[in-house]
Amino acid sequence: MSQHAATAGIDRRAFVASLLDNCPQALVITGLGSSSYDVFAAGDRPENFYLWGAMGGASAVGLGLALAQPQRSVLVVTGDGEQLMGLGVLATIGAQQPANLSVVILDNGHFGETGMQLSHTSMGTSLAAVARGCGFKHVVEVREMAAVNSLAGQVNARAGCTLAQVFVRADALPRALPPRDGVYVKNRFRAALGLAPF
Amino acid sequence: MDSVIESPATWQQEIFSILKQGGVRQVAYVPDAGHAHVIECVNADPDMRGVVLTTEEEGVATVCGAWLGGQRSVLLMQSSGVGNCINMLSLIQNCRFPFLCLVTMRGEWAEFNPWQVPMAKATQLSLEAMGVKALRASRPEEVAETVRAGFDAVFLGGDSVAVLLSQSLIGRKEWERSK
Repeated sequence: MSQHAATAGIDRRAFVASLLDNCPQALVITGLGSSSYDVFAAGDRPENFYLWGAMGGASAVGLGLALAQPQRSVLVVTGDGEQLMGLGVLATIGAQQPANLSVVILDNGHFGETGMQLSHTSMGTSLAAVARGCGFKHVVEVREMAAVNSLAGQVNARAGCTLAQVFVRADALPRALPPRDGVYVKNRFRAALGLAPF
Repeated sequence: MDSVIESPATWQQEIFSILKQGGVRQVAYVPDAGHAHVIECVNADPDMRGVVLTTEEEGVATVCGAWLGGQRSVLLMQSSGVGNCINMLSLIQNCRFPFLCLVTMRGEWAEFNPWQVPMAKATQLSLEAMGVKALRASRPEEVAETVRAGFDAVFLGGDSVAVLLSQSLIGRKEWERSK
């Protein structure tokens, strides 16, 4: 039944660290929960915007940013639960076709922050199939750590909106807590782009 | 293709002018007849990007992303969409993103469809509950001034504002299609 449990073997933190290491220029948006921790654990930088709430909003923030900054790669790193809450935005992204936007879903098949309840991706939903149906240009299902290099190349290429469903182990890792003062994170991010607060 | 509205009302043309002259680059929307002219103009303008949404809360988040990237963006919806936005508005409040939303009201004036009424009654309360100031324009001649006041409060003052455009501006919806 679960394609997930049978095949997921990727260490999420190692995967994210390697991906970000290979995408040093990317503007990064993180979905709440473990994805934010993974990105922060890989190294804090002003070009990271961490969500601690607004569940379902990470990819939509990434879309607005990608349209505003077409010369930069925009990378959304989020989880299956977070993306499932905002599934419709995949259609909205498909309609816009931002060539510089990549959505990387760390899919552990569970709601990790609330007690590891099974999520829909353990019960039949394929986020990759949804993304294909929504018109994403590049859709990949990642089952091996070695694929991180080609994914990073895709992010850096800005050659079509991309969604990667990365099958990660359902580990409960130590939390690594990014700053949660939203005004600070926002202004720091804008300053890194040479933009004033308002 | 035929335009949705043959001769747009002056207040609708004024709204587009305010957005255009104010340097708005992204307009996120769930369509409404009252916004049809603005949407049409945005989609025809090479310097503006219309972003059609599947649900209004996406637009709350895309507006924030646009601001992170240095572009002004506004959100258009009808009153029923405000309820869809509630939790996503935490983004606006926590990060103090400048936020301008134009809301065409349904369910408050000669409404034929009772399903529009509950959210109409809760529209302003919901916005205010989440820290968004609500301004109201009910007569055609006050629309431009009200939208401009909201625009400046948002993009000069960093505030979050919704301008509620009364249903009386739009008039009765015709439920019997003429041949």
